[in-house]
Amino acid sequence: MIRVQQEDFDTGAEINAMRARIAGADAGGLCSFIGVVREGEGADQIAAMTLVHYPGMTEKELAGIEAEARQRWPLADVMIIHRTGRLIPGDQIVLVLTASAHRKAAIEACEFLIDWLKTKAPFWKSEESAGDTRWVAARASDDEAAAKWD
Amino acid sequence: MKVLYFAWMRERVGIAEEDVELPAGVTDVAGLIEWMKTRGGGFENAFTEMAVVRTAVNQVHVELSHPLDGGDEVAFFPPVTGGGA
Repeated sequence: MIRVQQEDFDTGAEINAMRARIAGADAGGLCSFIGVVREGEGADQIAAMTLVHYPGMTEKELAGIEAEARQRWPLADVMIIHRTGRLIPGDQIVLVLTASAHRKAAIEACEFLIDWLKTKAPFWKSEESAGDTRWVAARASDDEAAAKWD
Repeated sequence: MKVLYFAWMRERVGIAEEDVELPAGVTDVAGLIEWMKTRGGGFENAFTEMAVVRTAVNQVHVELSHPLDGGDEVAFFPPVTGGGA
């Protein structure tokens, strides 16, 4: 399940909703990843960030990433929520939830989903720092994290 | 064909999207980019650093060799930067 939204999300409520959906599926493990806006330090300190995306393609890419995870691991359920708009340090950006019969599949699939999301889903961040706004450059370490699943 | 721009590429070209007739002789993404550069100004500037330009055709990531059709939706953008830490 995919959601792209400006509003914040309630992780507890989302986990409970997932548990209700998978009742009877004999799923023994749920894994969650929550991405949070970092304030940074020194020259990297930011006041806020703004996330924009490519409506239409974003949902397609996220659905494709979910489908790929479901092919690789026996997942009872997947939930990806990604926020857009202006966020401040401490705000939640992204939630990835996975459920499977056993913990290994749930944990691996969760890591896979966030790694692939970061390099494939068409979101872009700009950061506000000391009155300046600049676009965030992609990091090679994110490409490497995604490539380990190839 | 519809062409969309995102993030700093949008700022450089100065528009979010436009309708473009597939230029004569252009058959793939690489050809369209060469044509974009000939438009000068912000367009030339947006396509100078090709290491940080990505392309989607009909909302799917593609390589420069991807063929183009007059009815395609083409998007140009920098490498994506979503997700958390």
